Amino acid sequence: MAAVTIGHDDHHDDHHEHAPEIPYPVQLRSNRVGLWLFCISEIFLFAGLLAARFYLWRVSPDMVASHPAYEVEVGEILRPELSQTVGFITTAMLLVSSYYMVRAEVAAEHGHRGRMVRSLWVTFVLGLLFLLGVVIIEWGTMPELAQAITGHSPIRPTDGVFGAVLFAMTGMHAIHVTTGLIFILILIGNSRKGWYQPGRTWGVEACAIYWHYVDVVWIFFYPALYLIGTVWH
Amino acid sequence: MVKAIVNFSHSKFARSFYAAFAGAALTWLLLSVAFLALNWIVDLADIAAPENAVALQGTVRLILAVLMGILGFIAGSGVLNGLWIGRFLYYAGRTALVRGLFGQGLVFAIVYFLMRDVRTIPEIESGVTQASGEAAIVLGALLSTFGFLWFSGVMTDWTLQMFGHHTELKHGGPPGEPEWLRYFNIDVNHKVIGIQYGVTGILVLLLGGALAILFRLELAFPGMQLFSTDDYNTLFSAHGMIMIAAVFLGVGALINYLAPVMIGAADMAFPRLNAFSYWIGVPAAVMLVGGMILGWDTGWVGYPPHSSSTQMLGVVLFLMGFYMNGFASIASAINLLVTVVTMRAKGMNYWRMPIFVWTAIATSIMQFSATQTVGVALSMVLLQRTMGMNFFDPSTVPPGDPVLYQHLFWFYSHPAVYVWVVPGFGLISELLPVFARKPLYGYKWVAMSSIGIALVGFIVWAHHMFTAGMPDTLRYIFMVSTMFVGIPTGVKFFSWLGTIWGGKMIYPTPMLFILGSISVFLLGGLSGPILATIPTDLHLHDSYWVVGHFHATIFGGFVFPFFGALYYWYPKITGRMYNEWLGKLHFWLMLPAFWVMSIGQMVVGLRGMRRRIADYDPALNLDFTHSLITIATLVIGWSVLIMIYNLWTSARSKELAPENPWGSRSPEWLAPSPLPEFNYLSPIEIIGEPYEYGKDEEEIYARPIPAIGD
Repeated sequence: MAAVTIGHDDHHDDHHEHAPEIPYPVQLRSNRVGLWLFCISEIFLFAGLLAARFYLWRVSPDMVASHPAYEVEVGEILRPELSQTVGFITTAMLLVSSYYMVRAEVAAEHGHRGRMVRSLWVTFVLGLLFLLGVVIIEWGTMPELAQAITGHSPIRPTDGVFGAVLFAMTGMHAIHVTTGLIFILILIGNSRKGWYQPGRTWGVEACAIYWHYVDVVWIFFYPALYLIGTVWH
Repeated sequence: MVKAIVNFSHSKFARSFYAAFAGAALTWLLLSVAFLALNWIVDLADIAAPENAVALQGTVRLILAVLMGILGFIAGSGVLNGLWIGRFLYYAGRTALVRGLFGQGLVFAIVYFLMRDVRTIPEIESGVTQASGEAAIVLGALLSTFGFLWFSGVMTDWTLQMFGHHTELKHGGPPGEPEWLRYFNIDVNHKVIGIQYGVTGILVLLLGGALAILFRLELAFPGMQLFSTDDYNTLFSAHGMIMIAAVFLGVGALINYLAPVMIGAADMAFPRLNAFSYWIGVPAAVMLVGGMILGWDTGWVGYPPHSSSTQMLGVVLFLMGFYMNGFASIASAINLLVTVVTMRAKGMNYWRMPIFVWTAIATSIMQFSATQTVGVALSMVLLQRTMGMNFFDPSTVPPGDPVLYQHLFWFYSHPAVYVWVVPGFGLISELLPVFARKPLYGYKWVAMSSIGIALVGFIVWAHHMFTAGMPDTLRYIFMVSTMFVGIPTGVKFFSWLGTIWGGKMIYPTPMLFILGSISVFLLGGLSGPILATIPTDLHLHDSYWVVGHFHATIFGGFVFPFFGALYYWYPKITGRMYNEWLGKLHFWLMLPAFWVMSIGQMVVGLRGMRRRIADYDPALNLDFTHSLITIATLVIGWSVLIMIYNLWTSARSKELAPENPWGSRSPEWLAPSPLPEFNYLSPIEIIGEPYEYGKDEEEIYARPIPAIGD
């Protein structure tokens, strides 16, 4: 039961048919709509994690009874003790990287390939530093180093709901940053083969939207993890 | 380098190798199933089996698998094409399915072998010295998905692009191979993908139905006759999840096949992504079946703390399989939305689209967003099991909370049931005007009611949790919001009645299924508010009433319209007509049987039957109704087999179907049947309203764009 007939004999002799040409502006519009829908979709992922954070990092009735020394009320929002310095510096690096991503995009549109590649490298390095800051110091992959920098022993994933939610949120964000870094490397590699000429810069634009998006997610995650709530030791 | 790997995977040697794998793996699998069934029967009949029976079976299986592997390697070169088994293995070695399954198996085996002694963090902390293999299974399942995708070739074009190669979209079947082989290979055509979805969906439906019949046989009489309680748990859990997969596949089939044609496009906006959405479902299905083999006892909901602490490791594969299916949902929903936004034909504005497209939009809005939150919930359980990250255990400070899982889970899973029924509603609204020969009553209201159902669907999730320990205020809010669902659904019923009213009705099989689905959904709909009301829900929660309600909504909202659609578009898909008598037989067996089954379930529920329980007290006096439900289930099963026989044999008939057998105005009937590779021989334009049936026949809806100068 062939559901698709091949080669209607009137105007096609060869085996492979040619699809009706989709003009580049239409394809570009599809790509843009698709990427933005992907971003909206991911909002629900990160919102789910944020919901878990505000759902779990709260004072329960038991805690008030068992820790009378703390002057907290039931339902008050909590946060674990994290290094403000590390949080501030990594956040700053990620935000600055977005500036260089804009530079790369503009350079690509104007056909300045050298400047584009240089800006992409700067973005890459800043993003990598952010990632290392989270993975090595905040996660305590190197406990001594983390201890030396932050002044307290790093939180572990098994440390109750604090560890669990912290690692889930930073981990999910780190996966996205890693994807973005790979994306940047692909752009750098392909631009050497002459891709992304002015007027055909969708690849750079897509990477830029994605990178900014990951940034914006962190703008919501940073206060949720580092700033909002009473510190619970 | 990447190019070289791609070329090697299409070499003669690789194909022989895959044929060998197909032969060996299939033999192994079939013999395993056969021995399992044999041992089960021997056990039931209490025959004394010889002591070394299991070892003997193992040896036989190994030897035969190796022999078939060797045969496959020879057959892969094509020398055995004179024999049917040789032909089978020859073509098997040329399918993406076999390549992908090999990749999945290979990656899983490597990861499992390397990781089998690694303990999960909870195992380390509790001092267990022997690893359960859970860590290996989780990582193996995750990476084996990539194994499937890369070996099958779904990712080839994207991978090449990453390394700077330009890739062209390839249309048509594999060169030099028969046409049907493209259905087993990576193909970007939306109709091929739609049929892949549809055929897989029906096969999965049969598997899920077979499981249901097995445990219905157990429930027909009080006391345990056929299974252990663990087996029963696995059976009903797997029935739930596999049927959900079947319905998703059916929705995918409808939307993929119909939506692009209906809006006058040649294909979806992202054809490669479309293929990816279908093929990632295959490794996910393998994981679900694997979970069934290992045993999994959490039901399809997988609530912690049971799912985060059960020792049955199948639950891990269930969580992973469910998670991977999410990628398919999200990708295909985004694809559909983009297609509708950018690929519509000339003149096809939003208020002139066939109504099914509106329901496809509503469904996709729910799929592409809400699916993410269930992914969060599932991955939390996996993280808790493997990394010891505590989300759900209330013993820490601050405490974890299992209700968090339920919130995240139902925020997706409630819209998910609307994902299944809304396309079904679309089919009802699409087909009723054709068979009543009247305009669809209140087009814009019907279109907006689909979106309304989608939006209300986001704010009702906690009505599944009235007994879970929520604050009272939340319960009231969710009770009221749930009642709001009745408004857009009522708009739809009103429109259906308005369309039927005074129509010149004809009753071929598709129309029967559409009318049947309205009656069945009415039953499901009316049993709903009783569950949405807190006081009655407290009594009926977790009873068979819920089972009856759920099956009535999904059969009425999806299964009946889906079967109706299969019959209706069958001449479009195959160019042949199905057998009308067998179609009517299918309907008149299935509808009464379904009523008996669903009402029977509600009755036993009211009389105290709990769901998910393998046995019941004879004093409840439920045997008669339970036996009746089981018989009804068997009748439904047989009627579906009749449909498959009908569709299979009709496809081989010589007689061609009429060009537009139903007198439909919808644009897909302007194109030849079966549809050409790019749907319309020349672009079409929309110049009228879609549902002006029975009015001025001159007022057409769609036509090919006239050439300049005509």
